[in-house]
Amino acid sequence: MADDAAVTTAPASPATSTGPAAGATRQGRPAAGRPGGGRRAADSKLRKRLEIAFFVAPALAMLALFVVWPVITAVQMSAFRWNGRGPLVDFVGLANYVSVLTDDVFVGSLVNNLVIVVLSIAIQLPLGLAIALLLNRRMWGQGALRTIIFVPYVLAEVVAGVVWFQLLQPYYGVLDTILQSVGLEPPAQGWLGDPDLALWTVMAILTWKYLGLAVILFLAGLQGVPEELYEAAQLDGASWWQVQRRITVPLLGPTIRTWGFLSMIGSLQLFDMVWILTKGGPANATSTMAIFLVNEGTRSNNFGIAGAASVVLFLIALVMAVLYQRLILRRDAKGVA
Amino acid sequence: MTTSTQTPATPTTAPSRRRRGSAGRFQGGNPVVYAVAFLVVCATLGPVVYGVLGGFRSNAQLADAPASLPDPWIFSNYTGVVTDPSFWQYTLNSVVVAVVTTAIVVVFGVMAAYPLARYAFKGREVLFMVFVAGLLFPATVAVVPLFILLTQNFGLGNTWWGVALPQAAFALPMTVVILRPFLKALPKELEEAAQLDGTSRIGFFWRILIPLSGPGMVTVGVLAFVGSWNAYLLPLLLLQGDMKTLPLGVADFSSEHSSDTAGVFAFTTLAMIPALVFFLAMQKRIVNGLQGAVKG
Repeated sequence: MADDAAVTTAPASPATSTGPAAGATRQGRPAAGRPGGGRRAADSKLRKRLEIAFFVAPALAMLALFVVWPVITAVQMSAFRWNGRGPLVDFVGLANYVSVLTDDVFVGSLVNNLVIVVLSIAIQLPLGLAIALLLNRRMWGQGALRTIIFVPYVLAEVVAGVVWFQLLQPYYGVLDTILQSVGLEPPAQGWLGDPDLALWTVMAILTWKYLGLAVILFLAGLQGVPEELYEAAQLDGASWWQVQRRITVPLLGPTIRTWGFLSMIGSLQLFDMVWILTKGGPANATSTMAIFLVNEGTRSNNFGIAGAASVVLFLIALVMAVLYQRLILRRDAKGVA
Repeated sequence: MTTSTQTPATPTTAPSRRRRGSAGRFQGGNPVVYAVAFLVVCATLGPVVYGVLGGFRSNAQLADAPASLPDPWIFSNYTGVVTDPSFWQYTLNSVVVAVVTTAIVVVFGVMAAYPLARYAFKGREVLFMVFVAGLLFPATVAVVPLFILLTQNFGLGNTWWGVALPQAAFALPMTVVILRPFLKALPKELEEAAQLDGTSRIGFFWRILIPLSGPGMVTVGVLAFVGSWNAYLLPLLLLQGDMKTLPLGVADFSSEHSSDTAGVFAFTTLAMIPALVFFLAMQKRIVNGLQGAVKG
């Protein structure tokens, strides 16, 4: 705190733009006085430290208050039975973790998250790659096309979810009506009401929403592939297929791998879309870990359970991130070095 | 179609043909490409366009012929939303929260990135790793304890600040990670010249670095704005009544008027217009920012 005060006196003057430098020097110099180069060096070192502190402190304070503190609170909460009111007194040790990990709903949610992680990559990677390769050429309306592909991504998940919810209404929604008009039978309980179908329906909508991001990133990556490579391959008589398989896709490797990382982290945190479409139902068929912990925290007031679930979710995300880093991203680091 | 592609050999077009030839030779089957592009566009825009047009229809029209155009065009759904004061209240809340979030992220982010990019000091990489580690704490994980802290300890429940501050905090790591290489790339000579002129490092920061890093700041600013504008989970837990943001308003309207499909379409359409216009105008920045993240 004292440190903070010392630091915050300095910035007042830079803000007044007349003499940021002068303001700061006046602070530091007089104390040290004139004599001695060594003194001056120490002085400027101190000043540099103050400057660094001044620049970094606000961001670090934000992280400490709103990121680190809540995470610590989650760990703390997880060791108590607590309904959100009054002090933490009912210490239960690891009991909350045991009940979270043996809770069928949580385990089911975890499995759903993992399915979504895997399917997102398994569906969007080949599809996104195919579309990016097809569109990576001079063609009419390319700019417009790229913009259009990006539209679902910039929509809020809530907005997209609400629109899809209407399209998928059983019987009178547009999808069911079209199916009926061509003689197909839509599912009796609706696309989102049938426990066997709901997760797949959510998955399809997620694909619609996030495919554009993959395409845009892959297209951007493709622009980094040097033109000469294509020309050389062409001279060697390589077919279009061979060029894509042997040159383009390997060179796109780093982009693909980092996109996969982003996709994985996003899938593990999935909440908004599911909350809008199904609230995790029917019968928890589409529940995710985030849905579980919000339900426990805000609806059932089981904050201890919510805390334990938060910690478990964090550990799973951390382990997956580290594994991904180790197994997949490391190749890029090696390639650079 | 075939004739036009088969006869490129006229002298005038030959040189330009040649330059783009590498791509051109591999194109093969242009109609197929356009067909795929058309399919992608339909699948992508279909639901959005259907929603926009659905807002111009009555519920009876939607029920009778779900897949046709408005006939006649009905404007009451849209005028109903536009004259609804809570729609404007939600919009105002969304704008304020997003602007505050963006301002904090940009100012604190560029400040933190500056010494990390341009000062040589012990522990710099460790400090940078603190921000990188911050990337591993997704907001979802901390949302329940965050809700408790904000409402019970900080007294920020149901306020703009209660949403904006944590959103900014969770956006800061990505911002610093994107901005640092950007600031690093500015030429060293600038700093040396400034020093010769007697400018201190802080003076260099305000008078030279800030103006030059405009594009980088716009990029992280747009990303922060997008994130805040679309955010749902934290506002859902924290905001009630008149403080709600647009995504909460959309979700409420949809569940309260679930049988009024046309009304829901009109409300959603109006809710997405400002975002769409802003984000598409800034599309390059968003893509650049995401690419920066991919590379970083």
